[in-house]
Amino acid sequence: MSESREILRGAEIFCRALADEGVQHIFGYPGGAVLHIYDALFKQTAVNHILVRHEQGAAHAADGYARATGKPGVVLVTSGPGVTNALTGIATAYMDSIPLVVFTGQVSSNLIGNDAFQEVDTVGITRPCVKHNFLIKDVRDIALTIKKAFYIATTGRPGPVVVDIPKDITAASCEYDYPKTIDMRSYRPVTKGHPGQIKKAVKLLLGAKRPMIYTGGGVILSNANVELTRFTRALGFPITNTLMGLGGFPGTDPQFVGMLGMHGTYEANMAMHQCDVLIAIGARFDDRVTGDLQKFCPHASIMQIDIDPASISKNVRVDLPIVGDVKSVLQEMIAVIEAGEEKPDAEALKAWWEQIRTWAGINCLGYNRKSEVIKPQYVVEKVWELTGGKAYVTSDVGQHQMWVAQFYKFDEPRRWINSGGLGTMGFGLPAAIGVQVALPNEQVVCFSGDASLVMCIQELSTCLQHGLPLKIVTLNNRYMGMVRQWQEMFYSKRYSHSYLEALPDFVRLAESFGHVGMRVEKTADVEQALKDAFAMKDRLVLMDFVTDPTENVYPMIAAGKAHNEMHLSNNRELA
Amino acid sequence: MRHILSLLMENEAGALSRISGLFSARGFNIESLTVAPTEDATVSRMTLVTTGSDQIVEQITKQLNKLVDIIKVVDLNESSHIERELMLIKVHAKDVGREEIKRLVDIFRGRIIDVTDSAYTIEMTGTGSKLDAFIGAMDRSLILEVVRTGVSGIARGDKSIKA
Repeated sequence: MSESREILRGAEIFCRALADEGVQHIFGYPGGAVLHIYDALFKQTAVNHILVRHEQGAAHAADGYARATGKPGVVLVTSGPGVTNALTGIATAYMDSIPLVVFTGQVSSNLIGNDAFQEVDTVGITRPCVKHNFLIKDVRDIALTIKKAFYIATTGRPGPVVVDIPKDITAASCEYDYPKTIDMRSYRPVTKGHPGQIKKAVKLLLGAKRPMIYTGGGVILSNANVELTRFTRALGFPITNTLMGLGGFPGTDPQFVGMLGMHGTYEANMAMHQCDVLIAIGARFDDRVTGDLQKFCPHASIMQIDIDPASISKNVRVDLPIVGDVKSVLQEMIAVIEAGEEKPDAEALKAWWEQIRTWAGINCLGYNRKSEVIKPQYVVEKVWELTGGKAYVTSDVGQHQMWVAQFYKFDEPRRWINSGGLGTMGFGLPAAIGVQVALPNEQVVCFSGDASLVMCIQELSTCLQHGLPLKIVTLNNRYMGMVRQWQEMFYSKRYSHSYLEALPDFVRLAESFGHVGMRVEKTADVEQALKDAFAMKDRLVLMDFVTDPTENVYPMIAAGKAHNEMHLSNNRELA
Repeated sequence: MRHILSLLMENEAGALSRISGLFSARGFNIESLTVAPTEDATVSRMTLVTTGSDQIVEQITKQLNKLVDIIKVVDLNESSHIERELMLIKVHAKDVGREEIKRLVDIFRGRIIDVTDSAYTIEMTGTGSKLDAFIGAMDRSLILEVVRTGVSGIARGDKSIKA
């Protein structure tokens, strides 16, 4: 006897499927093609909709939500401009492997291809920046497609999945049945590492004289920070994190040598250059990390653990690849290390650490702490102190992003939320919205710059509507700082279009959106201002710190140079 | 080096654009590409000919495997295989030239499948280089039209690629 099932409209199926998938919050903006869906959302309570002010904000907010929680972020936008506006956010999530499911309205089936009002080829336009996408052609496919979308977005190497739903499909009806499990013959990601490769890797690690552990966002995505910490402590090796990997290993731990790459520490980059065995864990050898590929880790045997086979040996030829989920592979490696007799070479390690400490001795992150003009690094350090290093920190893109990465020491994963791969200015504020929606009781800080902040400033309105007490720390140097820095260093100080001549009054701007604004101009006032702001638990506070416009991010490896060719400051160079 | 890749993929709308998009986005070469459904209507099989260093072809194979619609990717170069391409070629054939063309078609084991007073349409299968050789042997000024399918490939022996 077959169970009789409810007959529902497509729009209702959509809402029910989200609820059955466990979705609590979605970020969206209504429009013609999704009106049936918005009507169905109105009549239910399981899924909470957060109205943003621009579709880019919806995608970034869902992205921030996903990065902070590990759960997929969900977006709902209309056809045409709804999709093209969301595209920047989708591409941002794609580059950083963030699980998003983006539902896009589409014109009715009979109009597709007719250049109808608000029509774009959503599947075509999003294809290069999604893990997968679907166009639903039949109301009976809605439930299964949603199940597949969440499955694909969250498994293997995560990523955004777009589901395009024509308006007529949301009006049609059929029986509702949400599948409990799913199996796709064309999509079966490998999660367990090859035991033989794992044994070989451990042998290589234990034989190392100058080992280096280099880890990336894969550790965060795989929730493998506990395993990584145990693994690193068991070996006693130095560890560096990529921009995306910060918080995967405690930033205040003595074994942590700082971030690596273009704005990494001197000791991390020198250790990369001199190491004899390198293990890359959930990291993809991005050009901002490797610099000159010909001179990358010239003395090292290289191992790589990654869930995505295509990431292995893509940029740097790897001697020992392990395909699998970082967490599972690290568990296996720890078991092999603990079961074996062999220990790391203590004497060699001692000498290696001495060398690393010598490099660290130059204090590459030093800056003028006596300056009366506010140094941006100082503000970041103070925020770190006052939040006990426990805040959820989002950032925009540019100098301020690098200073936060250098000076806010993340001891825990998922606290550092920034656009690493795509480098999307405008990410920070909406991403912070997503984090605060997911974690209403946590302290959320958005670091931004005077240029980045205005790229999605309209989302201040979203914060007011939904009562999100973000703390926005703007490091205002009246420049697009990173552009200015490159122009100073590589374009003979021709500051072409990098000065922001007509900045708004950020205090009054915050106030006009219904929030609190503060302007801080002296170093001596920084700490008290921050304390005042953090004390306002239920208000959004936008702090405008007027910082030294000449400050640059150091150390720096110029694009395409090697790890041992760093600029340490304006007048300090080491080669 | 030239590689022949055999792909099994879900017979879904848009699958082809995912593959061609991947090649253009990552700067890989496509020499030829041919695709049609298999005996199982839900599965399509594609033969794709590409060129690149071993490292690039390895990356192509991995990136193809990563596409959600792709069920299997096999590099036919890894074992002994057969490749064939179909060509339809229309040539100007009049007076004494008609006999000469007929003889050339026979030598290449082609077939004349359509005849008019002034033209032959010839069907020919073989490896790409055989088809090139036939074109080379024809008087260029007589060629009216050439249509080639691109290479289809299959492994020799008992081995088969199944979904």
